[in-house]
Amino acid sequence: MSGLMRWMDERFPVTKVWKEHFAEYYAPKNFNFLYYFGAILTIILVLQIVTGIILTMHYKPDVELAFASVEYIMRDVPAGWFVRYLHSVGASMIFVALYIHMFRGLMYGSHKSPRELIWLLGMLLYVAMMAEAFFGYLLPWGNMSYWGAQVIVSLFAAIPFIGEGLAEWIRGDYVISDATLNRFFAFHVILLPLLLALLIYLHIVALHKVGSNNPDGVEIKKQKDATGKPLDGVPFHPYYTIKDTFGIGIFFTIYLAIVFFIPEFGGWFLEKDNFAPADILQTPPDIVPLWYLTPYYSILRAVTFEWLPGGAKLWGVIAMGAAIVIFFFLPWLDRSRVRSIRYRGWMYKTMLTLFVINFVMLGFLGTRNPGHIDLFWLKNVTWAQVGLIIYFAFFFLMPIYTRLDKTRPEPDRLRK
Amino acid sequence: MIARYIIFLLFGFFGSAAWAAGGGGANLDSASINLSDRQSLQRGARTFVNYCLSCHGASYMRYERMANDLGISDELLRENLMGPTEKPGDLMTSRMPADGAKQWFGVVPPDLSLTARYRRPDWIYTYMRSFYVDDTSPTGWNNVLYPNVAMPNVLYEWQGYRKAYFDKEQGTKFKKYGILSDGTMTPEEFDVAVTDLTNFMVYLAEPAKLVRYRVGLWVVIFMVIFTIFAYFLKKEYWRDVD
Repeated sequence: MSGLMRWMDERFPVTKVWKEHFAEYYAPKNFNFLYYFGAILTIILVLQIVTGIILTMHYKPDVELAFASVEYIMRDVPAGWFVRYLHSVGASMIFVALYIHMFRGLMYGSHKSPRELIWLLGMLLYVAMMAEAFFGYLLPWGNMSYWGAQVIVSLFAAIPFIGEGLAEWIRGDYVISDATLNRFFAFHVILLPLLLALLIYLHIVALHKVGSNNPDGVEIKKQKDATGKPLDGVPFHPYYTIKDTFGIGIFFTIYLAIVFFIPEFGGWFLEKDNFAPADILQTPPDIVPLWYLTPYYSILRAVTFEWLPGGAKLWGVIAMGAAIVIFFFLPWLDRSRVRSIRYRGWMYKTMLTLFVINFVMLGFLGTRNPGHIDLFWLKNVTWAQVGLIIYFAFFFLMPIYTRLDKTRPEPDRLRK
Repeated sequence: MIARYIIFLLFGFFGSAAWAAGGGGANLDSASINLSDRQSLQRGARTFVNYCLSCHGASYMRYERMANDLGISDELLRENLMGPTEKPGDLMTSRMPADGAKQWFGVVPPDLSLTARYRRPDWIYTYMRSFYVDDTSPTGWNNVLYPNVAMPNVLYEWQGYRKAYFDKEQGTKFKKYGILSDGTMTPEEFDVAVTDLTNFMVYLAEPAKLVRYRVGLWVVIFMVIFTIFAYFLKKEYWRDVD
């Protein structure tokens, strides 16, 4: 065995890579459960690829056959229903984990120097994941698939001058059609998975270069023992591989319980309108994307001011785009001296709490008709406008309140 | 601190999920669905095949699968449930040609494979019990839940003829039904027959439902045991970390 390893090591740095990224990669020893989600995301993504490959063996990207081929998977393919639910529930579970993972970053200042690049790569991953989910959602060719894609692609038409041509170029037709289904299939199974794999690789390489942050926001590399090992670190393997196995166990217990017992999750993971095939003549009563995209959908719909130059739709699209893009600037908007929320003052704590509640509220509003009265006595769209202001206030005011905020000094070592 | 944040997140999410699930679908009677009642599923299958399939299809489903799942013997299937030219491996397509249907009803009757997932069981249960005689409609029938629907009351022999009383003219607020003539079933028997049919359509919409709860229980038990072992293994490894 050691002979084989020596043979390999002379030709490829197997042992070196293993040591650098597992056996001798020192991670802070105070990770709490919020630090499980990176590993969880990796595992679900691998599972999505495996189930995706199996689904691709039976799925037919053709408007005449797509819907029936999904039902064929659900009925005639042995355990096809299991593979399909793993994939459809998995998509939502990725976003559950992803949002918690991002929130963890905001809480402990993982976006701050020297980890800006990790944050940027993570944001690219987030955007790529939304695109992956959006393209995948068209594939079952249900009525909501169809109308959802119709609405989202038509947003591009709001861009002045080139908009109409751009939307047509994306669809490959004047409406969502067979050409669209085929190219979305190509994006979903080839383009974006490759892009995601590349981005994940870069995300992890960047992380291992600077080292992991932790709930105290302390740089563990600053305090080393005589042999050069961080005093507050433990080797990733076996400590975190084992600990993450436990975290993955809990997450997968919940995930699999949903797969087997409530795969539709009350219409939140599989919408009932998608159990009817795409029908160009029958618009669903409310066209809504799945829950993980609805906060942005709410922001889009919140801009109703027709007096804006170019019209409300254009500015809605701009607001929606800006809501995503502004996340990229977070490392430079945050002027705080400390990373972790444990040593920050009340202002950041308040703003972050408000932001999270607001994000959930926007998400909820986005699933409902904008004319309805959903919360207290104000219309859905009015709440969404309030939500839009809070959303952008969190970012635009960040340089001010993070600087004014009274912070406590970070310790040199991890808190016991 | 963290716990409080997570509770915020979870409650925000699940709270609103419950909220959304509550909305819509006013005045539906609730169907008592029981997929472990095999006899009910078999009775529902008989009704479905003999009545519904005359016009509608269930074209994602195969006869053989249904027979295997519901414990219907091959002879019974061939003699009572399938058409003379059909084979057990065939899809349960409609027995009426689509262009004929379009001529007779103005629309092609929708495929029923997924209706229980698209419309929900309570809707089917209520809809099938909401027909009334209406001389102004082309078929002579109308429906309180789905006004001016193209479909006639297919089960009228069982239910009998009924008329509906509205607040003012037809189509305003529904008040009550009045019996014109009795059917071969009592109202209670008819409710049971429609429950059976609804039960079958829930199965039809997702045959995997018959196995997924049972398998799921074992999977979850396995995951819990796995996670407990993982926890103790983790504890053992982390013992020497201060």
